[in-house]
Amino acid sequence: MALRDIAIVGTAQRPSEVNSTFTSVEILLPVIQQLLDKVKIERSDIGFWCHGSCDYMSGQPFSFVSAVDAIGAWPPIIESHVEADGAFALYEAWVKIQTGEVDVALVFSNGKTTSGPIDQILSLQTDPYMVAPLKPGFDALAALQARACLEAGVVTERQMAEVAARSRRDARNNAVAYTKGNESADDLLAMPYTLNPLRAHDCATPVDGCNAIVLAAGDVARRLAERPAWIRGIDHRIDTQRLGARSMIESSSAAIAAQKAGVARDRIDVAELHAPYTHQELLLRNAMGLSESTHINPSGGALVANPAMAAGLARFAEAAESIFAGSADRVLAHCTSGPMLQQNLVCVMEGE
Amino acid sequence: MVGDVFVAPLVVAYPYKRTVGTLLSRFFTSLSECRLEGTRGSDGRVFFPPAEFDPVTGAPLTEWVSLSDTGTVSTWAWQETPVEGQPLGHPFAWALITIDGTDVPMLHAVDAGSPDNIAIGTKVKVRWAQDRPGGVTDIACFDVVGGAS
Amino acid sequence: MSEADGLVRLRQPIGVTYNWSAGPNATSHLAGLMNGQFVGKRCPSCALVYFPPRNGVCPKCAKILAGDVEVGPKGTITTFCIVNVPFLGQKIKLPYVAAQILLDGADISMQHLIQECEAEDVRIGMRVEPVWKDKSEWGATLENVQHFRPTGEPDRVMGAESGAS
Ligand SMILES: [Zn+2]
Repeated sequence: MALRDIAIVGTAQRPSEVNSTFTSVEILLPVIQQLLDKVKIERSDIGFWCHGSCDYMSGQPFSFVSAVDAIGAWPPIIESHVEADGAFALYEAWVKIQTGEVDVALVFSNGKTTSGPIDQILSLQTDPYMVAPLKPGFDALAALQARACLEAGVVTERQMAEVAARSRRDARNNAVAYTKGNESADDLLAMPYTLNPLRAHDCATPVDGCNAIVLAAGDVARRLAERPAWIRGIDHRIDTQRLGARSMIESSSAAIAAQKAGVARDRIDVAELHAPYTHQELLLRNAMGLSESTHINPSGGALVANPAMAAGLARFAEAAESIFAGSADRVLAHCTSGPMLQQNLVCVMEGE
Repeated sequence: MVGDVFVAPLVVAYPYKRTVGTLLSRFFTSLSECRLEGTRGSDGRVFFPPAEFDPVTGAPLTEWVSLSDTGTVSTWAWQETPVEGQPLGHPFAWALITIDGTDVPMLHAVDAGSPDNIAIGTKVKVRWAQDRPGGVTDIACFDVVGGAS
Repeated sequence: MSEADGLVRLRQPIGVTYNWSAGPNATSHLAGLMNGQFVGKRCPSCALVYFPPRNGVCPKCAKILAGDVEVGPKGTITTFCIVNVPFLGQKIKLPYVAAQILLDGADISMQHLIQECEAEDVRIGMRVEPVWKDKSEWGATLENVQHFRPTGEPDRVMGAESGAS
């Protein structure tokens, strides 16, 4: 079966905030409306809706059911939800369009990350017998990985600080970003460890946020966007859940996903990597074989704004926008999930 | 109240009780009796905690291996400010620890006293919990061999 | 620990404490309850009145609800069930009636208890009114209302207008 040509034709993101007093639905609704206005379509034009979120973020069982209020399910609509980052909802929507059943899909995701102890909440997804009862935070698990990388010489503390410094500088040009700064790597290296070998700036900033993306097929996409971001390859791989059985110093799932998505077929102008820890960006660059000429995370990336369950889809939005703007011709969007880069979703998009 | 909006603490809690199956039942029973037991895979690798299924062939694993209560740190991180419910209430190290005679490390805490007392390669030994209902927390934590703390 | 079948059960309670926000659009509803009032909200697009105002949006139109509307206090039973099943944490004596009540002026019903009458006398269309707890026990919750009881007024025929409930 020949694959259909599918593209991102519009994106919208809510500026990051902390301790938002809005409900998840109130956060989502204006962003979805803004996106529909931007793409100049009506709710009735959407053939498939797909949502990414996690009940543990909002502290409300089956919160995704009430989230449907944000999209208006009357008359009844075709909707699906993934208990994961919105990037995985985008993958599902891409598959749905591939089936030929629909031509237009709207993908959205949200995370009220700051209303609970996010570091501990994320750890609830670890092995429930051997790991979760110890209550290691996600930062602690990432710190174990960082130490192994540092000792193996795969990364250096200076490289990690440079990733943070670059991200905070780039964030200054991004209205959605939260943490912004102009520190040098030396300034950052002078900061104390928070979870040795990690410093505060090595860890992503939890924020409340949401975003939405419209996907469309073929000529519909060409009608809806001047320069659609065509999805040329997309792949998702997962490493074992057993923390000790994985290599700490490379990401084999990211490497395979990148290879299957066709990353190496041509140069990548912009790569939006979902790396919640500085050393993980370096690991991902190695795994995907990204060269020095690729601009990494011009948005500032997840380090400067990490709305849990929406930060991956945000990478797709940022990468697609660089195609829309004409500032890039071939881009990479990536989403990770699970502790220590357990899962990796890689997508390559091109302008025409 | 935050601004004009009602905000209040909300506790969401579930009292889960998990049935762990035959293999892990034997494993958790051995922990409650202060013994470490792992399983051997088809390629000869020994897993602690035991793997239920062979990572290579997928077959159920049945060969048990008795282990000593010592191991080696393969990576570590320093928890300066412990969170309620973690193995220790004072600063400690998280570590991946390879129990002697096994091939895959496990996560646990090391009561090292200071980050200066732990490194990759440090030898550690199990400290058993007083109360051992059967679970990974039957191991209270690990101590540095030679008593760094 | 080990049970009769020789298998281990691990107790693994999990709990998370959140800082929960009702959101600006539902706050007036909760504030109303603290004053002994039923405050709903109207959709600016389809004009339906929501009580409670859910997440502060109209799920039909996907619009943020606009103006506050005081509804009730009387209402009409749109459907009900008689609860005879004991369950953990039950606070009310069996049997009792749980009913959907459409407050006067509202377009969606809400659930509450019917007391002060025999369970078998409860019927669709029955007119009911709230019985409030002592004011000293009030908080930002619909639990301020102890239960609803029959008013004795003639039944209201539930027609097409109750379709939104
Ligand atoms: Zn409406």
